[in-house]
Amino acid sequence: MADFFIWNFGFTEKSAANPTVAVMILFSVILTALGVYDHIAQWAGAGTAVPVTGFANSMASAAMEHRSEGYVLGVGGNMFKLAGSVIVFGVFSAFVVALIRTVLTMLGGV
Amino acid sequence: MQQGNQSWVFPNRPTIISTGTVGGPFEAKGPLAEDFDLLHGDLWLGQNSYEKAERKMMEEACETAVQKAGLQKKDVQFFLSGDLLNQIISSSFTARTLSVPYLGLFGACSTSMEGLALGGLIVDCRFGDNLICGTVSHNSAAEKQFRYPTEYGSQKPDTAQWTVTGAGAAIVSSKGQGPQITSATIGRIIDMGLSDPFNMGGAMAPAAVDTITAHFRDLELSHEEYDLIATGDLGRVGHNISLDLFKKHSLTIPEEKYTDCGLLIYGENHPMVFAGGSGCGCSATVTYGHILNRMKQGELRKVLIVATGALLSPISYQQKESIPCIAHAVALEYHLEG
Amino acid sequence: METYFWAFVVGGLLCVIGQLLLDVGRYTPAHTISILVVVGAVLSGLELYQPLIEFAGAGATVPITSFGNALVQGALGEAKRSGLVGIVTGIFEVTSAGISSAIIFAFLASLFFKPKG
Repeated sequence: MADFFIWNFGFTEKSAANPTVAVMILFSVILTALGVYDHIAQWAGAGTAVPVTGFANSMASAAMEHRSEGYVLGVGGNMFKLAGSVIVFGVFSAFVVALIRTVLTMLGGV
Repeated sequence: MQQGNQSWVFPNRPTIISTGTVGGPFEAKGPLAEDFDLLHGDLWLGQNSYEKAERKMMEEACETAVQKAGLQKKDVQFFLSGDLLNQIISSSFTARTLSVPYLGLFGACSTSMEGLALGGLIVDCRFGDNLICGTVSHNSAAEKQFRYPTEYGSQKPDTAQWTVTGAGAAIVSSKGQGPQITSATIGRIIDMGLSDPFNMGGAMAPAAVDTITAHFRDLELSHEEYDLIATGDLGRVGHNISLDLFKKHSLTIPEEKYTDCGLLIYGENHPMVFAGGSGCGCSATVTYGHILNRMKQGELRKVLIVATGALLSPISYQQKESIPCIAHAVALEYHLEG
Repeated sequence: METYFWAFVVGGLLCVIGQLLLDVGRYTPAHTISILVVVGAVLSGLELYQPLIEFAGAGATVPITSFGNALVQGALGEAKRSGLVGIVTGIFEVTSAGISSAIIFAFLASLFFKPKG
């Protein structure tokens, strides 16, 4: 599955990764707000889910969907209902990996 | 009166004296648009949440049915209703508006015929003269509850079905003109171990076949008795599976008189709806709108409606449980006057 | 021009892996993305992800695997400066831009837009 978003990455500098991500996220949230992202996703599948835009889409869609339950419990409480697992598993695996690396470096240093 | 293992025959012939059907914008573009009493161009119905929009449709369907019957709310003794939302809020809140004695039902998408069978029973036993049987579903409210936020980009397989945005209500009465409820067959739970919530039709097909087989066995009938046999929301996938299963049970049902409300409501091969329509509103709006209209025009005399339901919850699915399915059948008969 | 080509290929391949997990593995989107994040973190620990970024540029930084990589890089960088505690304090160092902008934009979207259904 070729990913048409990739074309947009072409004109970004390697060194400018952070601003790129922020812009991609903004782009994704706008498409989500306009109700277009889910239709692109039906066609592109993982092409829209795997890039960071999918992460932003999961947060924006959940936030918009649950606004009727109020800003605190609805928007605040549900924004991470899909994206939460990515952060949990990302952080925990990163913690384990970084711990192993650091301990190995320390042992190696001794 | 019970006949056979699981069927009821209604000698007093409870009658559907009027119906009310309401649909959303997507249904308005479908081939059955003309059979709806009321169609909405706005998915929100001017409300500030999908849940309220669903409730409004249910209220409108009941009001329309009461009006068309020439009755008033006080003439209605009981309200039997169910929907797909948690704690069937759409039905209960509609009952609050109607302020009619109320029995809440849950049979997922089979609720339409569960309600009509029970309504027929109550009227047949003379425990009530006029009652409303209704169901409702809303595409976005169902997506939100059972799947993902509506704007979330998840890819759906071709076996997925599209929840109908619509409400259907019928007034069942002990007297008056209209299609009569002659018998009903209450389904058993059939669970073939399938657990894919994006293939409900496939999971529900065996339940539909079981109920239809039981109906013919209990009442000692064959398909020749009916001009049309319509399942609730099997969609294309489930419809084909059920046809195969009939062959295996060496039960012949001619394909031209066997159809599915989920296939009828959006027409064949609509790309947005994948395998077809689903939801409580699917069998209710198609039966109370399209099929009853065809009966009144004299095209159909006897029909069997088999509403199918997948009794899963988002939690049971996440806990890797399979999908228990059910189907309830109600037989309707219409005699043209004169 | 070569970077663009490899960005396209690597980004596309990562998406193909995701699509296979969805279709063949029958995983939900949430499972798929979580698996890819863990894979990114592990590749980062094996020092394989940074070379991939140098090779494919945004083709490797935009897919979600890069999020796992960035978490590990942040933790390792801080751990080098301040020891074991740095793993915890540094874990969000690099990814802050992505997470905060996603939260801010998503919240703004919920203020001004209703889902279209």
